[in-house]
Amino acid sequence: MSIVIDNQTPVLVQGFTGRIGSFHGKEMMEYGTHVVGGVTPGRGGTVHHGLPVFDTVKAAVAATGAEASIVFVPPPFAADAIMEAADGGLSTCVCITDGIPAQDMMRVKRYMRRYKAENRMQLIGPNCAGVISPGKALLGIMPGHIYKKGEVGIIGRSGTLGYEAASQLKVLGIGVSTSVGIGGDPINGSSFRDHLATFEQDPQTRIVLMIGEIGGPQEAAAAEFARDHMQKPVVGYIAGLTAPKGRTMGHAGAIVSAVGESAKEKVDILRECGVTVVERPSEFGSTVSQILSASP
Amino acid sequence: MDIHEYQAKKLLADFGVPIPLGGLAYSPEQAQYRASEIGGDQWVVKAQVHTGGRGKAGGIRMCRSEQEVWAAADEMLGSRLVTSQTGPRGRGVYRLYIESVAEIDREIYLGFVLDRETERVMMMVSAAGGMEIEQVAENDPDSLIRIVIEPAVGLQSFQSREVAFALGLDASIVTEVANILKACYRSFRDLDATMVEINPLVVTVDGRVLALDAKMAFDDNALFRREQISELRDKSQEDPREMKARDRGLSYVGLEGDIGCIINGAGLAMATMDMIKIAGGEPANFLDIGGGASPERVAKAFNLVLSDENVRGVLVNIFAGINRCDWVAQGVVKAMQDLDIEVPVVVRLSGTNVDEGRRILEESAVPLITADTLAEAAEKSVVAVMKGATA
Repeated sequence: MSIVIDNQTPVLVQGFTGRIGSFHGKEMMEYGTHVVGGVTPGRGGTVHHGLPVFDTVKAAVAATGAEASIVFVPPPFAADAIMEAADGGLSTCVCITDGIPAQDMMRVKRYMRRYKAENRMQLIGPNCAGVISPGKALLGIMPGHIYKKGEVGIIGRSGTLGYEAASQLKVLGIGVSTSVGIGGDPINGSSFRDHLATFEQDPQTRIVLMIGEIGGPQEAAAAEFARDHMQKPVVGYIAGLTAPKGRTMGHAGAIVSAVGESAKEKVDILRECGVTVVERPSEFGSTVSQILSASP
Repeated sequence: MDIHEYQAKKLLADFGVPIPLGGLAYSPEQAQYRASEIGGDQWVVKAQVHTGGRGKAGGIRMCRSEQEVWAAADEMLGSRLVTSQTGPRGRGVYRLYIESVAEIDREIYLGFVLDRETERVMMMVSAAGGMEIEQVAENDPDSLIRIVIEPAVGLQSFQSREVAFALGLDASIVTEVANILKACYRSFRDLDATMVEINPLVVTVDGRVLALDAKMAFDDNALFRREQISELRDKSQEDPREMKARDRGLSYVGLEGDIGCIINGAGLAMATMDMIKIAGGEPANFLDIGGGASPERVAKAFNLVLSDENVRGVLVNIFAGINRCDWVAQGVVKAMQDLDIEVPVVVRLSGTNVDEGRRILEESAVPLITADTLAEAAEKSVVAVMKGATA
């Protein structure tokens, strides 16, 4: 049993028949994810990749017993798709879509509060690479072959930088328990802190690598959580040392607009909280390796 | 997306925010004519540029005759305004806003932002209007009133009144100020703004409340449903490289260094730039070419990066996930054959089909430097640029 999903979790693909949803849906099926169907409004009753397509999430859940979904719906309609997933009774939803308006996400977060915390869907993303538990299941768009199965938990905002870290680990023979992309948007579903808490409870994970970047308060909040509530070691990196203030660096959320949001300030906060800081992004692998070999 | 002061004022006025009489001018003659239209014996001529700090940089002039308005406009139009926020290149002044002048009793700061901690719109108000809000936040944080707005119900009257009374405003204008706060919030919500700022909101000696300056910024991700905002874009205020990139759907930020960067993924791009800095170099730009690094996209990226005359070398760092290194390698080779590239190019490929990709690079006749790791790529690009500088 891994965190978020495993190879038994029944998964829906929202936007299954679109170009991107279709491509990645197939990739996930080939990786071993238990995809049970898709949702595309207006295409209900058809079959795609040998699986049933439904008009609504509720109909899909009723017919398949799906517990998780992944959203490949275009930005103008993605917030609506997430709310539909939450209302359809899914426990996990990963949203890959990049470019959702910030106020739409504000409304999504507000909407999700209508469910009691224990019944509330866990949203991962948007604008993220998704989740992979190597050797078990992929609920995302990562290239599966760069991940070795192992004991390092990864939480990151960026897709390709997460791949970089995973492949540095693999070169050193170190594997990953689960890698979670929380996404590069200013308002996202689950935070670094949320996933640190899950990794702390996960028996497969011995150490957590947290790959953050400039902008927003989430890395600092996570570092404080690691200091106060975690036994497992946390290694952190903050991208964006050279980013000028007030400029958006690709990710809508990667912008220094308030005190405490620059890479340097965040690194200082991480250090103060006892997080081991990776100064060079070429040293994800070696830093994790040192800590793993130093601890029993 | 940023817009001009006069555009922000027009938008806010449509929501019910009172603004001074004013008019736009593209020539000294227009400026003078606007002054005579507005009337009175004092005007302010304001450069319309996408930056703060205009006053200290000479971008806001007080004039006491129509002749002075003409002269100020003549001097300002076509000049470049360099403020503390623009960098040395400054911003071109092509539009002026001519406004009537009011006698000010007190100045208030009023701002709305998207607060990432509470994930809600936050209203910030301070009695110290006219000053830069970062300074107020640093020197006197307690003087800043922060109100978080619940998205389901919006800004409530009691919240607006609380703010108005906390500022010590005269009871006769409390309702008016409260209405202005609500109008600003509605404009933020209805136009998908990321920032609405009135600094200062003034109370005049004769008891009127006016937005003397206004700034608005908008969520690029929401422009698809805000065509009335899209049409306010002023390309003359954008860095020409960034404008080109934006028109081609690439995410680019121009910087001051000399190593051009072509990378896929925003996080990897920032990390690669960090590595360049650590290796002793300076990146010339941020550029994320996105997931599919097709030959056309790579060629576009080279064109864009090389249009920056400061670039003395290029670092290509691609981590192929869903795409494949052999495709990327073919794209790089083709771009280098088609384009006349005179600076050293370092290429680092990683991920899917990496061996095949590296073989294609090595077997091609194009003169490029290959690197296997992130560290090696950064170091080689810094060395190549230094060699070029001494050669």
